[in-house]
Amino acid sequence: MATRIVTVDRNTRPGVGPILLGMWITLRNMLQTLFQRKGATIQYPEENRPVSTRYRGIHILTVRQDGSPKCVACYMCATVCPAECIYIEAGERPEKSIEKYPTRFEIDLLRCVYCGFCVDACPEEAIIMSRENNLVGTTRAELVIDRDRLMSRAETAEHGAGYRPDEHDVRRPVRLAALDRLSKEHGIVPGMPKR
Amino acid sequence: MASATLPAALSPALLEQPAVRVLSEALGENLLAATDFRGEIAITVERKAWYKAVSLLRDHPELEFKLFLDLCGVDFFDREDQPERFAVVLHLYSVSKKRHVRLRTPVPESDPKVQTIIPLFKGANWFEREAWDMYGIVFDGHPNLIRLLTHDAFVGHPLRKDYPQGQRHVLKEPRKWLLQVPPESEHMIVNLGPSHPAMHGCFRVQTLLDGEIVRDAEAEIGYMHRNFEKMAEARTYWQVIPYTDRLNYCSSFMNGHGWALAVEKLLGVQAPARAEAVRVILSEFSRIMDHFVCISTNVVDLGAITPFFVVFRGREKIYELLESCCGARLTVSYVRIGGLAQDVPDDFVPRCRETLEFVMDAFKQMDELLTRNIIFNNRFRDIGVLSKEDALSYGWAGPCLRGSGVETDVRRDAPYSGYDQYDFDVPVGTTGDCYDRYLVRIEEIRQSARIIRQALDKLPAGPVIVDDRKVALPPKSEVYGNIESLMNHFKLVYDGILPPAGEVYGATEGANGELGYYIVSDGGKHPYRLKVRPPCYNNYQAYPEMLKGGQIADAIAIIGGLNVIAGELDR
Repeated sequence: MATRIVTVDRNTRPGVGPILLGMWITLRNMLQTLFQRKGATIQYPEENRPVSTRYRGIHILTVRQDGSPKCVACYMCATVCPAECIYIEAGERPEKSIEKYPTRFEIDLLRCVYCGFCVDACPEEAIIMSRENNLVGTTRAELVIDRDRLMSRAETAEHGAGYRPDEHDVRRPVRLAALDRLSKEHGIVPGMPKR
Repeated sequence: MASATLPAALSPALLEQPAVRVLSEALGENLLAATDFRGEIAITVERKAWYKAVSLLRDHPELEFKLFLDLCGVDFFDREDQPERFAVVLHLYSVSKKRHVRLRTPVPESDPKVQTIIPLFKGANWFEREAWDMYGIVFDGHPNLIRLLTHDAFVGHPLRKDYPQGQRHVLKEPRKWLLQVPPESEHMIVNLGPSHPAMHGCFRVQTLLDGEIVRDAEAEIGYMHRNFEKMAEARTYWQVIPYTDRLNYCSSFMNGHGWALAVEKLLGVQAPARAEAVRVILSEFSRIMDHFVCISTNVVDLGAITPFFVVFRGREKIYELLESCCGARLTVSYVRIGGLAQDVPDDFVPRCRETLEFVMDAFKQMDELLTRNIIFNNRFRDIGVLSKEDALSYGWAGPCLRGSGVETDVRRDAPYSGYDQYDFDVPVGTTGDCYDRYLVRIEEIRQSARIIRQALDKLPAGPVIVDDRKVALPPKSEVYGNIESLMNHFKLVYDGILPPAGEVYGATEGANGELGYYIVSDGGKHPYRLKVRPPCYNNYQAYPEMLKGGQIADAIAIIGGLNVIAGELDR
């Protein structure tokens, strides 16, 4: 296809007229904000911006029907993490079909860069991300969150699930049982991300 | 594939390359090897012929490698196949012949000295300082070989392979004076930065003032240095992606795009057509966003705050578009080696059109506010002029280089991601002043919008990541469903992507110029060496020189137009 070289036109005839035009633009914007409610700002924190259903917020550990973590402590997420912010200790479970589970699972949210690689690396859909982005704490230790907090966070219900494996890609309904539980208990509806 | 050959046995195909032929005729025995890997010519010369080789490359009428791109050191600490421990690597580009060349020279550990090439390329100054800082390679004849990215209390050379990761040194006394007041003059020293409202990030220029006239200036950088390159040496190719977001954070998608293309070049894979089209669309949106930030913050420094508010609404829309695709606004991490992390949302195309309409409306307002405004014109015209020759010698990039009248654009000269399928113009300036750089950016925004419209019209369907299990993770349905894919998944996460051994330089047209990733691979899962060619590093290097003789107020007008981003400058 055609790519041309063009020389920019410096002869723009500057003058005082454009200043008046500029003032009109400023005034127009002011009037639109005042009377047509076209303002770009929102009244945070009373009002929150709607965030994408793919939002990469604070993590969620999904759970099985019986309430135990879905995680099998395979260390995939800890391995792939570029920020090295995930710490896992594994324990054994009596069931033959599960065998391993995490006795400790900690995420240092101050180190985390929210890249979502842990979600991509998880072979069990045990770690997904929420749409929660309000990260506030008074100490550093408070923001290293452990397994139980990752599994049951009241905030999750409020904000909803964010970045997780694409539903087009996850065809086996049995694997969504963990998300079903989230939706029953916290009102999170799994589905194709929409605006 | 890589094949090192002695000059006597240079293959005919290589000798057809003008650079190889000219150098082998002129240097004879001093040309050690020449290779052609992934279409890139790399020539290794003897150290004593270094200066001669560079000057030949620059001045020979058949070659004309006049645009300085990058110079760096490499430490081949444990590589048996290399003749010496260190190497100095230079990248040059020929605008007239549209060719790229890499020149290397081995440097022994016992006597790490190379002749400086500052007389040939002014831009080599900071690059040689950086190579000394990082590797301890001494450049004979360099006027000011002191620490650049690290600080004065730093011990050792951090990018050497035997330098431990995570080693830290504390600086207690910062470098106070970069300049000296000449005795018996009434000149005054004024610092601009590192924390200054008119500096676009954390970097510093010290000026020597005679009244309002700048007599001398010296820059200091490195305040945000985190040694991205050392960190990358301990990460897999996949894990580097979030780090690239933090280079030029005003258009972070483009950095990831460039990185993915560089690694894909090394691997020899090609992302699917849909992924490439989406990459182009989001890259062009990022370019618009970056130019918005550059122009609007530049005029904020001059006292015009309205354009800033006007275009930031448009920028916000682009951020929302990025968020709907990947879940983050600033640090997107959306690309993967071989494609994209996820397919775009269903409403991507209408949403892009809506966003583009809004953005171009904001752009139109900014254009009306500024371009013909007499005050703006008086502040910008004939200020900060850099000639074409100087711009090439400094290795300027992108809109700044084109503003000085050099007709080059990576998207046109070496099309990647299917840029050859789109119609667009490459704007160039005539005088190389601030106003030309501004006009080039304005025109580039229009052209970006044109490219986006064309790409949206013919956005292909299909997968967004390659179906190659050595590069991309298997689909989740298969990971959940069968053991082969699960093992594949585990193996790829643990071992990472294993590219062939070799060296590539992947260049893309970033928002403020040619963003290059020079990757040295030894076949392992980590990059053996990664060097970023940051476009604003070269742009900023010329800044102290441009100030001399001008008014101090012009310093502020010039800096904004260079679009220096500290994350990319300091790496």
